[in-house]
Amino acid sequence: MACYLTTGKHMSIYTSVFTVLLLLAITAPVALAFGFGGATAARSPLAPLRWFGKSYIAIVRGVPDIAFFLFFVIALDQGIEYLRHKALCRDWSEPIRQGNDFVVCQAAKMPLGDAPQWVHESYGFALAVLTFAIVFGAFAANVLFGAMRAVPRAQLETAEAYGMSPRQTFWRVLVPQMWVYALPGLSNLWMVLIKATPLLFLLGVEDIVYWARELGGTKTSRFTDYPHGDWRMWYFLALLVFYLIFTRISEIVLDRVMQRLTRGQATAGGEAQRKALA
Amino acid sequence: MSCLETIQAYGLRAVGIGERLLPREDFTLCQQFTLIGSGMIWNIYFGLVALTFGFFLATALAVGKASPNRMLRKPAEWFIFIFRGSPLFIQFFFGYFLFLSLKGVHPFFDAFTAAWLGALIVLFLNTAAYSGEIFYGALLSIPKGDTEAADAYGMTGWPRFRRVIWPTMLRLAWPAYTNEAIFLFHATALVFFSGFPAWQQRGDALYYANYFADKTFNPFVPYPILAMYFIILTLIVVGIFGMVNARLNRHLPQNVQKKLRIRPNLIR
Amino acid sequence: MKKLILTTAAVALTAGMALADGHAKTVRMGTEGAYPPYNFINDAGEVDGFERELGDELCARAELTCEWVTNEWDSIIPNLVSGNYDTIIAGMSITDERDEVIDFTQNYTLPDPSAYLVLSADVDLAGGVIAAQTNTIQAAFIANTGATLVEFATPEETIAAVKNGEADAVLADKAFLTPIAADDPDLMFLEQEELIGGGIGMGLRESDGELRGKFDAAIQSMKDDGSLNALLTKWEIGGAF
Repeated sequence: MACYLTTGKHMSIYTSVFTVLLLLAITAPVALAFGFGGATAARSPLAPLRWFGKSYIAIVRGVPDIAFFLFFVIALDQGIEYLRHKALCRDWSEPIRQGNDFVVCQAAKMPLGDAPQWVHESYGFALAVLTFAIVFGAFAANVLFGAMRAVPRAQLETAEAYGMSPRQTFWRVLVPQMWVYALPGLSNLWMVLIKATPLLFLLGVEDIVYWARELGGTKTSRFTDYPHGDWRMWYFLALLVFYLIFTRISEIVLDRVMQRLTRGQATAGGEAQRKALA
Repeated sequence: MSCLETIQAYGLRAVGIGERLLPREDFTLCQQFTLIGSGMIWNIYFGLVALTFGFFLATALAVGKASPNRMLRKPAEWFIFIFRGSPLFIQFFFGYFLFLSLKGVHPFFDAFTAAWLGALIVLFLNTAAYSGEIFYGALLSIPKGDTEAADAYGMTGWPRFRRVIWPTMLRLAWPAYTNEAIFLFHATALVFFSGFPAWQQRGDALYYANYFADKTFNPFVPYPILAMYFIILTLIVVGIFGMVNARLNRHLPQNVQKKLRIRPNLIR
Repeated sequence: MKKLILTTAAVALTAGMALADGHAKTVRMGTEGAYPPYNFINDAGEVDGFERELGDELCARAELTCEWVTNEWDSIIPNLVSGNYDTIIAGMSITDERDEVIDFTQNYTLPDPSAYLVLSADVDLAGGVIAAQTNTIQAAFIANTGATLVEFATPEETIAAVKNGEADAVLADKAFLTPIAADDPDLMFLEQEELIGGGIGMGLRESDGELRGKFDAAIQSMKDDGSLNALLTKWEIGGAF
């Protein structure tokens, strides 16, 4: 039994747990940055920028993440290689699209053809992070857009009355105050993000679900030392427990953050904290 | 085959009406639009029915979770926690597995392994849990004045809930509930992708998009078509929910609502 | 959104510039890793199977440095033409449809018949329920007959469907079903078999004629000295050249 659980394949599933956690840890701030950019663009006084922000939110939110993942990574990869090709191989005469093939010069390949496997894997991982960030950035943008509107008007008027410029009002008054309104939406998004990780295998990253399916599937005695029947149920049960525990921890942490953010805010929660202290 | 004939042959293919064989050559844009659109019938069916039934269970769950009675609160809490805490993909797997075992026990469960019922039940429970949590949050933030006013009028029990608490809860929960509805429609794409088997090539939109991507080896046509259909569906959902929202808020002073709309242009 | 992609591309660009035009290129071999005996992931977590041995031998003969990559079956061709790896060596039958999009080397197995795996021999193939993996040549074949086709996302589920009575039979490549039937006393083959696919070949980009030539020659040399037949026998894949 101990031998079975420590085969190279099982080591892969343990590693993939860290892959998933790492992805979540990187994606969350990047998606938040995308969301912040999207929300700021959507409320920009400049019309084209506003349209761009609004259509980014509307389009990406409108498409199921799964459909997006099925073609977007390849498109992203080709886009990057196309740009590198344009920049690096100006004297290339052959067309880039040869029938169905997408051909760029060797120097434009991402990563380079002779790069070791781990570079390819990290590149694939980076693409997955970017794709996740673009999708969840749109949802985050929607939440932040709402949060910016929720900051009481009086707060901004006071800032103006103190002679702050619009830029100062935005950074010193609006942004610090919006988080408390954004947090419930953002924490909900975080929960959705956790549960979107099983889609990672669509992006070419071998995640826990991929390995659980691979390990749990029926194994015949010819190809392994540990033949067994359909054990997917047990592996999925383990995954279920993993996700439940992870959700629980997230809930506890986010509750703490909410407590912390509410401090000194002009909301009912903040008022209650003040009263409790007084 | 002209485009009109294609629509006649494949427009209802997803529910088994029309041509028996899927197209195996040409793969024209018309064919792709028609078949993927035909698959949307299933996405809309799953989304609509799960949402409708889920709404009632969600209300019950929210009231249960907010209840002071432990016997009511604990089951509601656990139900919401388990369905919100695990990926839908795993829920489909266990749902299918459970229905298969039940089928062995009694023939009554025969229909449950088919997507139209089995997947619907999983989606129904899933959306009920998510909406239940949203409604619960709204229940907690009902202004104290509202309930006090109800008490002052001498309302108790069912009338108090039906005429004061429930409408206010809905009004507060509505924006988040709109998001949940969008997520649910998106989630319907997972049914045939990793959950339930497709019988006689009757599948949802993603199933057909996948079919074309597999036949043409070109993911850049069918998936964007699928995306376009979903964007339209999302816009319709947002539109309908927006209308309901306006109705829920109709008693509020008009200038309060207008002010909300203009605000983003004033700041910055 | 376009703008965001641009900036990331620019970052990647400066990072990669220094490395441009390195030494001899590594050939990346794309496989699925879920289709024994052709290719699968062994206990150590590495690609293994008939095609692993074959591919390593071919690379040695063609004097190429090779590297193994796994990819989902669904997107295995789009990723090849997009250049994420250079060959597909994944039990892929040579079909006209595929040949229009990519190029194949000569076949390295003879056409493998598809077989029906059942619980009892009296299955009605014409009117019964037959399981197959979504988007396989077997699924397309059953859609054509009068039988009721039921499609599952993975091969694992098709077998499970027969065992639990959801389907009367499963149609799949015989070499894939054989070890499963050998391990499970409940399952058996039907006499009837279907010849659907052509032989299996290596898939390459159409623009990659040179690489195709090298692998073609290597396969030919393995056919000539009988080492290919030895491999086929070792992994119990039917038919010798």
